[in-house]
Amino acid sequence: MQMEGEGRAVPAASGYGPGEKPEWDYYSKCIHCGLCLNACPTYRELGVEMDSPRGRIYQMIQVEQGRLALGESFVRHMDLCLDCRACETACPSGVEYGRLIEAARGQIATHFRRPMLGRALRSLFFRQILPHRKRLIFAGQLLRVYQRSGIERLAWPIARIILPRLGNVARLAPRMEKPFFTERLGVTMEPVGPRKYRVALFAGCIASLAFARANEATARVLAMNGCEVVIPASQGCCGALHVHAGLRDEARQLARRNLEAFPPGDFDAVITNAAGCGSVLKEYPQLFEREGTEYLERALLFTARVRDVTEFLAGIEWNRDFASITVRATYQDPCHLGHAQRIRSAPRRLLRSVPGLELVELKDAEVCCGSAGIYNVSENDMAERLLESKMRRVDETGAELLLSANPGCLLQLRAGVAQSSNPRRRVSHVVELLDEAYRRARG
Amino acid sequence: MLWRPEDRLLYEYDGLSSRRVPDAVAFPRSTEDVTEIVKLARREKVPVIARGAGTGLSGGAVVTEGGIVVSFARMKKILEIDIPNQRARVQPGVVNLDLSLAVSDVGFYFVPDPSSQKACTIGGNVAENSGGPHTLAYGVTTNHVLGLEVVLDDGRVIRTGGKVWDRPGYDLTGFIVGSEGTLGLVTEITVRLTPKPEAVKTLLAIYERVLDATRTVAAITAGGITPAALEMMDGITLRAIEAATHAGYPLDSAAVLLIEVEGLREAVEEEVEAVEGICRRHAAREVRRARSEEERELLWRGRKNAFGALGRISPNFYVQDGVIPRTRLPAMLEYIAAVGEKHGLLIGNIFHAGDGNLHPLLMFDARDSKQTAKVLVAASEIMARCADLGGSITGEHGVGIEKNELMPLIFSPDDLAMMRRLKEVFNPAGFFNPGKVLPTGKMCGELRIQVGGGA
Ligand SMILES: Cc1cc2nc3c(=O)[nH]c(=O)nc-3n(C[C@H](O)[C@H](O)[C@H](O)COP(=O)(O)OP(=O)(O)OC[C@H]3O[C@@H](n4cnc5c(N)ncnc54)[C@H](O)[C@@H]3O)c2cc1C
Ligand code: SF4
Ligand code: SF4
Repeated sequence: MQMEGEGRAVPAASGYGPGEKPEWDYYSKCIHCGLCLNACPTYRELGVEMDSPRGRIYQMIQVEQGRLALGESFVRHMDLCLDCRACETACPSGVEYGRLIEAARGQIATHFRRPMLGRALRSLFFRQILPHRKRLIFAGQLLRVYQRSGIERLAWPIARIILPRLGNVARLAPRMEKPFFTERLGVTMEPVGPRKYRVALFAGCIASLAFARANEATARVLAMNGCEVVIPASQGCCGALHVHAGLRDEARQLARRNLEAFPPGDFDAVITNAAGCGSVLKEYPQLFEREGTEYLERALLFTARVRDVTEFLAGIEWNRDFASITVRATYQDPCHLGHAQRIRSAPRRLLRSVPGLELVELKDAEVCCGSAGIYNVSENDMAERLLESKMRRVDETGAELLLSANPGCLLQLRAGVAQSSNPRRRVSHVVELLDEAYRRARG
Repeated sequence: MLWRPEDRLLYEYDGLSSRRVPDAVAFPRSTEDVTEIVKLARREKVPVIARGAGTGLSGGAVVTEGGIVVSFARMKKILEIDIPNQRARVQPGVVNLDLSLAVSDVGFYFVPDPSSQKACTIGGNVAENSGGPHTLAYGVTTNHVLGLEVVLDDGRVIRTGGKVWDRPGYDLTGFIVGSEGTLGLVTEITVRLTPKPEAVKTLLAIYERVLDATRTVAAITAGGITPAALEMMDGITLRAIEAATHAGYPLDSAAVLLIEVEGLREAVEEEVEAVEGICRRHAAREVRRARSEEERELLWRGRKNAFGALGRISPNFYVQDGVIPRTRLPAMLEYIAAVGEKHGLLIGNIFHAGDGNLHPLLMFDARDSKQTAKVLVAASEIMARCADLGGSITGEHGVGIEKNELMPLIFSPDDLAMMRRLKEVFNPAGFFNPGKVLPTGKMCGELRIQVGGGA
């Protein structure tokens, strides 16, 4: 059915170029009912259709129909999307929004020229650093020296005056945790007690440096649950940030490397403690759908075994030899755990099984904290607004411990806590807490 | 204010369809802003179209002849919660469910619960006089609105009703509720809050034949029981919902009834027994009781997501909204099945059984223009039949641009003339939401339905 209105007389050619694009099979599921609106963080903040899920899908359709250019306005609204996928949870019609936005961003990445500086920075980060372990470690070491040396403290006030926005962003730089977890690559950890499972641990790229302790905790917790934990040496960055940025070819390359690093049949499960990585690992097949190569098959086999660490533990009779930890805690759902992987009860059940821990529900726990991969750097204003709302909710709970299950979220939440009314509040990963409870129990 | 064409483009649609791109979109934050906008529009002689969340299903918020869309998305403050007096004052952009959540800790809620409640605004509810599953026992929006603040066509602001019931003079509140944005812009609403019932029990009765389900409905109401909600879904709808929500609905049945009884604990127990007995006597294959709050929520989640769930089995569908006397339900369903067969269309049905509000869901593929035309014919045949049976052409979705030309089916020329006179007092020269509610005289040959996804 043709629509009437401005500029609709002649059916125009699609505004998309060659390559993957939002497909009819997926966008036609949207019946523009609007039930997703109030679930969308950017709509809640701005109240405009252009920054709502329904509106974004509509814009994708308009580009396809030639009514809207693949230009600045379109790019602006696609950029502002957090890819948090709260709209998928809200949508009764089963729209796979993640697919659509990622394809739209693929189009933007290949067919839209961004201003110079942004382009150069993006390329440096995505193409030159993330995929290469050595360069990543080098960058991590530099950052650590900077954080340790006091230059940071000196540079801070000056930087803030010159570039207030830079100040916000710099605060988000992950703390480098030496020794880096990269040193553990290739290692196998024995289970505590009889071996029940053989699992592979997905270490992550930045997480290996900035969340080395959380990774170690994950390995120990798994060992406490009868797992032999293998940390394959040839694994690398999962490519989630690339997928979110529309760099599909780069993501495919990274995916191929990981598919080779975790050969099918070797492990009972491939486990990650990063919700963002987990959700893209589970969606690797989408990257190979069009090609239909041998990798599609591999990806399907691989995906069937990927588990978030909380999902894995809650799915077995987990070991409950916990020491009591008396604390009032609350839990923030990482978007890529709650919305993308639909895992909500597993972390809560695990936490409730720790004696002494009082879990208070956080209102709007399913609303994004603003972290969203590198969103808090690229869209700092919106990210700060979301973080402020989040911190207000956290304050309402009166919790001393704020838990989540994704490194990116933890960074953002830590930055939020640091400037909140209660800067002493602790922020940890769920597995870190479980690890502590096991360790205290063993003395 | 949005002026750029690529932004305005996004305001050409609502939950029903798309028409025209507005000339501008405004985002007031206060009543004063609204007044300014109205005065500006007056000066420029362009129409004003109010918009809540744009979930409306009769095209109420779409633009028919250009003008300024006034979006209330940024007027979403809860201004006052007054629990001792069981009321709240809200701005019109407050999302329906957000109000209920805000008062749930203290044991209250806002009764009208349209299936779109997680997104639709209270301003939109007021304009459409929306209902929901709990309409049967507690009434529609108008029964829960105490007073309004309204910006008139010249920018003046009036307050209708108030905090007390029964004010002297004409009931302007009642007149404006349900007027679909054609009388003025509602800028503040005083609503009634209701204490949550002490006990709630939810049943799912499963049937092999639709007829048995409809007879159960008649028997329950004839038996003097008023359940809080009484919903029927047929097999086609059930299967779509189950695929979408995994609510545990049986895939092989012909129909189910979702029945909710609430009130004081002992009374509820007795009523549940009675209802269950009636279901069994009318050949229910199975009657399930929700044993926990989670199970109850799951059963409702299925129902609340019903419309959207159909998106999974059909690229497009057209939700109709009619009312029939409860007792005529079996005849009506037979008629709908016959219409579907005649046109070769798949039609599912959802029914707020308690108050006779029927939603036939006509499935089609908008890329097939022949099929689309058939859908429109079938829908109007169904509506005409509702009117014939002594019912109405809309239960809760409103008239909008969808059904204004059908109004003569249920109103005499004199009725309509009187309405037009009243409307013109508030809304001379088609300033507010033109072309809606009352017939325009030109039958718009082609109603554009559900274009978004499949256009
Ligand atoms: C999946 C789905 C399920 C639904 N289920 C139900 C249901 O169970 N029951 C039901 O009744 N409806 C239902 N609806 C229809 C719709 O959600 C309701 O009519 C709702 O009240 C509309 O609210 P809105 O904020 O989206 O208003 P909009 O669609 O934006 O506007 C609706 C009308 O209200 C007017 N309006 C909005 N705000 C104001 C204001 N402040 N002042 C004056 N006029 C105003 C607009 O001009 C328009 O005419 C459903 C819709 C969908 C998509
Ligand atoms: S809820 Fe789903 S179908 Fe409805 S508008 Fe949003 S994306 Fe589209
Ligand atoms: S992914 Fe998140 S930010 Fe993007 S449209 Fe969906 S809900 Fe909004």
